[in-house]
Amino acid sequence: MTDRELQLKAVHLRKKTLEAIYEAGAGHTGGGLSCLDILNVLYNRVLNVSPETFSSPTRDRYVQSKGHSVEALYAVLADRGFFPEADLKTICHYQSHYVGHPTRHIPGIEMNTGALGHGLPICIGMALAAKMDGAKFRVFTLLGDGELAEGSNWEAALAAAHYKLDNLTAIIDHNTLQITGHTRDVMSNEPLDEKWRAFGWAVKVVNGHDYAALTEALSKPAELGKPTCVIANTTKGRGVSFMENVAKWHHGVPSEAELKQALAELDAAEAKLKEG
Amino acid sequence: MSAPAPSMFTPAAKAMAEKLGLKMGRANLDEFAATLEELAKANPNIVAVTSDSRGSGKLAPFGKALPKQIVEVGIAEQNLVGITAGLAACGKKSFGVSPGCFLTARSLEQIKNDVCYSDVPAVLIGISSGVSYGALGTTHHSLHDLAVLRAINNITILVPADNFETREAILFAAKATKPVFVRFGKAAMFGLHKPDTKFEVGKAVQLRDGNNVAFIATGETVVHALLAAGQLVERGLNCRVLSMHTIKPLDTEAILKAGRECRAVITVEEHMVNGGLGEACAAALMQAGVSKPFRIVGFPDEETVPGAQADIFRHYGISMEGLSETALQLLK
Repeated sequence: MTDRELQLKAVHLRKKTLEAIYEAGAGHTGGGLSCLDILNVLYNRVLNVSPETFSSPTRDRYVQSKGHSVEALYAVLADRGFFPEADLKTICHYQSHYVGHPTRHIPGIEMNTGALGHGLPICIGMALAAKMDGAKFRVFTLLGDGELAEGSNWEAALAAAHYKLDNLTAIIDHNTLQITGHTRDVMSNEPLDEKWRAFGWAVKVVNGHDYAALTEALSKPAELGKPTCVIANTTKGRGVSFMENVAKWHHGVPSEAELKQALAELDAAEAKLKEG
Repeated sequence: MSAPAPSMFTPAAKAMAEKLGLKMGRANLDEFAATLEELAKANPNIVAVTSDSRGSGKLAPFGKALPKQIVEVGIAEQNLVGITAGLAACGKKSFGVSPGCFLTARSLEQIKNDVCYSDVPAVLIGISSGVSYGALGTTHHSLHDLAVLRAINNITILVPADNFETREAILFAAKATKPVFVRFGKAAMFGLHKPDTKFEVGKAVQLRDGNNVAFIATGETVVHALLAAGQLVERGLNCRVLSMHTIKPLDTEAILKAGRECRAVITVEEHMVNGGLGEACAAALMQAGVSKPFRIVGFPDEETVPGAQADIFRHYGISMEGLSETALQLLK
């Protein structure tokens, strides 16, 4: 799939994400839109996993540590054929397994997440298992930048470097906003790249909406003998003008009018991409 | 030579143990470590995960014999449970081993989400549980673990009373396809079982029959209940003793049978009285409409008295003499 084809798919996935959140009456809009291009590249270019190979012990593992951005993940998994797209209309409904954070009841989900600071330790266990078995699969996790205030991430950061887990990649969705406001105001965590390097990781900083850059950063480990940290600079609410860089859209749910406007903007973006 | 630790047993209790034919074994901790090493030598898929706890967990020989099957995470219990869960999710039979006090408090969210909610076949081993680290104070006590884990869905909770039950618990855990928690202490334990005893998770073992008082005890308190039952014979009372090695799923049938057939019920546990075995038994009896004189022997909701494990047990009446006295008062 070319970059342009993936970009067109991203527009479709953004629409599906917004429609799902609207239908559910709940969800995490801003962070879903900020990490959507990362998920799109992972599932369509990088991860060695598909609905057919999901039970294979040698599949690549992806654990979404920022579990709250589940609607975007559901949209990507449905598009990849893990489950019917119609299921997206049941998110957060009574007796639907599509709850507001990932669970293993859903095809394609590896672990139940949602409480922050859990994905990286779990992925270290997975990456160690691969090393013990001489298996070639890779392990990926996606963290929010606000999530980095959870201390368990830093316990795990030490361990991943200690065990030289070059089969592990942690991606940080660096949109600089969290529920209360700017991450720098809530709990400053910069300079992120220096922190991860100091912990013994190989670090790449990329534009988290640039398909070529994401593909290059995620396709192979950055350095032999070191875990990879990809700091993906993103825009919260990416793709919808009135949602971009506005903290209230962290878990804002669009009204019918707002959904219409958002979809119209995405239609325009789609038309522009097709022209280009 | 340092001063010897206070004895858990008075001379009279020791005499009763001899009369009952009980033989002193090793610490359940040693039994666990030996069993796990034996299993891991036969099954390279077994992995132990430690948080600077291989010495406390008696796993140094395991680490020397099987260096590729042990993962050290440093003093980082949250990471220990997450890594244990990740290993289990990728097909390893992982045993996360850490002092019960830290494992079930600091990493409770990881136990709840990464292990139980994600439903991976990880095993969590709470070493030196209860008041095994007695004199080190409340930071090192785990008197909450049964209560908090009882309130989490999808975990089997095992509290072995002696070396036999410990070995059986570890054999079960090694084969389990669901989360398991096992907790025990580090003091040498009397063997309580006959050689032909069958161990079944979720089924209490009746160590002694009787219809006056039923002692329903768990873990390292069971021996004291058994000694008390021996002593109470001298007062003309035949007492039942159940080793309730499985706290979840609870053997409600045995509890109700004891409640219906005995004049009084006493539960005994190395745990706070809030939310442990005693309250679980009370709920089972009440909901079945079985009402008998009933007493929960455990640690009250107060800052635990300072002292060694033996001192603390004696202080709160977990001893042959204390439990005999409780039984006599309850039957008055």
